[in-house]
Amino acid sequence: MEPQLIFIGLAGILGASAPIIFAVVGETITERAGVINLSLNGTILLTAMGGFAVAVTFDSLWLGFLAGAIIGALVALVVAFSSITLKQSQVAVGFILAMLGRDLAYFLGSPIMGLRGPRVPALPIPILVDIPIIGPIFFNQNLPTYVSFLLIVLAYFYIFKTRPGLMLQGIGERPATAYVRGANVNMRRYLYTIIGGALVGLAGPVFSLSVKAGWKGTISGLDGFGWIALAIVIFGGWNPIRAAFGVYLFGLLQWLGLVLQPSLPNIPSQVLQVAPFPLMILTLLLVNIGNAEWVDRFLASLPDATRHFLAKLLRSLRTSPPASLGVPFENE
Amino acid sequence: MNVELKNIHKRFGAVHANNGICMVMESGKIQGILGENGAGKSTLMKILSGYYHADEGEIRLDGRPIKIDSPSDAINHGIGMLHQDPLDFPPMTVLDNLIIGQVGGIFPKRKKVLGEFLELQQKFDFNLNPESYIDTLTVGERQQLEILRLLWLGARVLILDEPTTGISAAQKEKLFETLKILAGQGMTLIFVSHKLEDVEFLCDRIAVFRTGNLVGECEPPYQTDALVEMMFGRVVSLDEKKKLETSEVCFEFKQLSIEDYRLEIRGINLKIQRGEVIGLAGMEGSGQSQFIRTCAGLIRPVNGEVELGGKRITGKPYHHFMDLGIAYVPASRLEEGLIPGLSLTDHFVLAEKQNGFLINREKAQLLTSQRIKDFNIKGTPSSIVESLSGGNQQRTLLALLRTPVNLMLLEHPTRGLDIESSIWVWSKLKDRCKQGTGVLFISSDLEEILHYSERILVFFGGKVSAPLEAQHTTVDQLGQLIGGKGF
Amino acid sequence: MFKTGLNWVNLGFRGLAILLALVFATLVMVFSQAPPLEAYRHIIAGSVGTTVRITNVLVVWTPLIMATAGLLLTFTAGLWNIGIEGQITLGAIFSTWALRLLQYSDLPPALIMFAGVIAGALGGMIWASMVGLLKIFGNVNEIFGGLGLNFVATALTIWLIFGPWKRPGVGSMSGTEPFPTELWFPVFLDYRLSLWSLGMGVAAIILVYFLLKGTYFGLRLKAVGRNSRAAFLMGIPTTRYLMLSFLLCGALAGLAGATQVLGVYYRLIPAISSGYGFLGLLVAMLINYQVLWVAPVAFFFAALNIGSIQLPIVLKLDSTLSGVLQGALVLFVLIMEGVRRRLIRDR
Repeated sequence: MEPQLIFIGLAGILGASAPIIFAVVGETITERAGVINLSLNGTILLTAMGGFAVAVTFDSLWLGFLAGAIIGALVALVVAFSSITLKQSQVAVGFILAMLGRDLAYFLGSPIMGLRGPRVPALPIPILVDIPIIGPIFFNQNLPTYVSFLLIVLAYFYIFKTRPGLMLQGIGERPATAYVRGANVNMRRYLYTIIGGALVGLAGPVFSLSVKAGWKGTISGLDGFGWIALAIVIFGGWNPIRAAFGVYLFGLLQWLGLVLQPSLPNIPSQVLQVAPFPLMILTLLLVNIGNAEWVDRFLASLPDATRHFLAKLLRSLRTSPPASLGVPFENE
Repeated sequence: MNVELKNIHKRFGAVHANNGICMVMESGKIQGILGENGAGKSTLMKILSGYYHADEGEIRLDGRPIKIDSPSDAINHGIGMLHQDPLDFPPMTVLDNLIIGQVGGIFPKRKKVLGEFLELQQKFDFNLNPESYIDTLTVGERQQLEILRLLWLGARVLILDEPTTGISAAQKEKLFETLKILAGQGMTLIFVSHKLEDVEFLCDRIAVFRTGNLVGECEPPYQTDALVEMMFGRVVSLDEKKKLETSEVCFEFKQLSIEDYRLEIRGINLKIQRGEVIGLAGMEGSGQSQFIRTCAGLIRPVNGEVELGGKRITGKPYHHFMDLGIAYVPASRLEEGLIPGLSLTDHFVLAEKQNGFLINREKAQLLTSQRIKDFNIKGTPSSIVESLSGGNQQRTLLALLRTPVNLMLLEHPTRGLDIESSIWVWSKLKDRCKQGTGVLFISSDLEEILHYSERILVFFGGKVSAPLEAQHTTVDQLGQLIGGKGF
Repeated sequence: MFKTGLNWVNLGFRGLAILLALVFATLVMVFSQAPPLEAYRHIIAGSVGTTVRITNVLVVWTPLIMATAGLLLTFTAGLWNIGIEGQITLGAIFSTWALRLLQYSDLPPALIMFAGVIAGALGGMIWASMVGLLKIFGNVNEIFGGLGLNFVATALTIWLIFGPWKRPGVGSMSGTEPFPTELWFPVFLDYRLSLWSLGMGVAAIILVYFLLKGTYFGLRLKAVGRNSRAAFLMGIPTTRYLMLSFLLCGALAGLAGATQVLGVYYRLIPAISSGYGFLGLLVAMLINYQVLWVAPVAFFFAALNIGSIQLPIVLKLDSTLSGVLQGALVLFVLIMEGVRRRLIRDR
């Protein structure tokens, strides 16, 4: 394959992955605070439809994106309210919203199917785009994609390098300590869930106004991305940079599927399209195995030196979720 | 800063954890607070540090009454508490832990914080690496960090809750040096502990708590006997105890070593005879719980052997132990012993041997009613277990045990029960002993330990005493061992 | 949600939830410039207006109750078996495979169909066991294990339809070659409904009811779901029971898949599970996991599905309106339950 095509391919991956970056970063923030927002699949579909609808109606890209963020925030608010204030199961409410969001997207979106709407223009950055190799890959994108790059860095920076970001980690790890240090745990959880939800809400319009412009109902091919995003958050160990790696890996797998298609005529195109999904989810096996129960008993049966060594090794490989993820906080 | 507590009351449901506590703690002094588990010391300190609200009473600093509504209020007033399990953020670094919670701008000035931290820790000769992760530190080091953090935030009153649990002797020495330095600087230090030796060595004044009350205050020189008596109360006259009849060994531990992420217990050798009752004494967290769970087959020992009737059963799964007649009754009744949402009948059906595929509801109800009568449980066959009182839950747990049983392992069998229920529980247990069942039990009630055990093992920080003959042990001796003296 | 027995307060909150769901759905329709009352009228007429339509509802009802019944087992064990869609699909695949294998043999058709049904249950069981293994040995949460396997099931279906099992000529989205008519479940009179499928569905509910209420298995499963630690200490082999619940649910799901192949489509098509797995999850949540309510509520949901089919034609509305109603209903019931608990707690 010619190098030129590879560059275009890689650039394409970065662009096509932009929506999932938004979703994954948003959900990473929410889960760092200790809340699981399982509704991602439904929210992304809903905001893709909604963002497109608003953009078409008002002929404004900006309003479309704004609409997406607001819808995403509202859905997240329902999740936050149900789980933080009403203390209902986060998994249950998230799943219901995933279903509901999806059906709402299809129902409300049917009148606008196939319409042509505004599309985010390409925005190559002059000078930078001429740098050999890196140029055409990174700097020949559009605004949402550039924002997605920035988002990864900003999120990482915020979570790990700023004072409020450290407290964010604290809320998810050990809310009792955060409380003792003066944080209003539940209020912050609301805040971060909503912010995360808004970011997830932007993922939809990035798709329907940029990556694959328009709303095509069930053929959009957007169904399922929300679930993938959830898996990538785990795979990424709740770290935006590592999660971004997971997103691009997924994008690469998808691209490979397309590229390898002609050389594998026996395998229908849909299979190669779907294949990256289970692959990403099954990577969870790798990052989770150290946490299984039988491991402790097994370790105890080993001689001392081996046991200490293995225990250390397993601890370093593990990605542990924020210790308080999914657990409502009550003091006294 | 002088701290005065006036008439503090705190209730948790029916439990009166703090009953009209009045105390004065002076600056520049180390105030000791002594008492058993459940005496009310931790509750009082949590009130002082803002974690709980007192139901009644007043707190004064240097004569001025103040309101403490939250932990941040407390810190603003200069009161900081070092919790027994230091409240920190395990997967984060030392430096990050320091920064979180400090008031400041968005961007922490890491260099500045680092500098101040290193300077501060030098004063106390601590050796913490700012980049290491909290979950790699020992408990002692986590304490050091928390002390530094509280000082850094400007604490003038420092409360230390059971600080010497789980730290090495060297770390303890360092801690005490630190505390003496701080006292010398005019800080008010409050040292809460059950460890007699430490409290006697360190404190300028000791206040003793028992069952929610402040029963006495002492100044040096301290009389250990007097302290023990205040902590544990007078001994009730013991009944005549019959010497054990048989001497057949049913259960044996050889060189048993257990490792837990918190402690290590090494080299236990013990032979338990049929029908014998062995009491496990010691403050919570000293290792008795791990030991009893290993006896039950829940924890696998890293070294040593467990034998039942001569047969080696080390490492076999828990259900195998159960089948061999080893019954385990956990302490947390609703969390580990019973199933919320299920009725008494349900529980008895689950506990009995399965009879066919279908549940015969009528028979099950009859059985349950019988058990309810036998065990005097205040409830009906259809009562769900969370609606029962603690005492009745305990009776249920005992009623659920199979017969016959070779060894019964009980964690705190009479905790939270009134005298009548406790006596009744023990009569049932003794009945089993007559049938040859061995009993191993954990209790924090010294009278109970002394009265019902044939032999006693005392646990302290993972160390185990040699078995004591209960008949020849006094409350005093027991109390001292529990407090760590003589290990 | 429901504690033991009804009382007026509970009923009140429940009713309020239903009302709110209707208001929500109506608002959605108004927002999309659809006539709400007409839509409701069409849905009702379209589902129970004529006998034919009622039987069509029953055709949907059958796999739905099988899936829901199976899910009640996994929910009782404290599990979120989101992988049920894949389990239904694998049931259909195995069923198709058995039929393809035996369709030209000399065996009597009834036996072949029976083999198809058994194969279906087996397929579902195997797929569910994989979720179980991932959870027990790999510590992978059953939600993600299930999702991943759902995707694999979908890919597998497509590959079979366009690959080894494609129709002569070129593979098409309409599925595999239909089976000879002797291998179709006989229908009841002129309707599309097969009494065999219906019977199996009803049997599934009865079986699950029986298991959960009357057997040691059911009680132990409940114990595991409520407090697996205490259940373990009482001597229940919790891992074994978790696995069994997966297997049984998988079997019932596979059965649903088999009836889709043998009784509805007579071949394998993409998306053969038709979303009944996820719908079953919603039904199970709505009825608060109480077996006796499976039949009526599933009927209601099936009716919504069927009733909405003609909406695109008569009112130019997308048929996903049924999904909106269903989702809204479960959502508001969940929220109202939380509100009720909160208000009662604070009293």
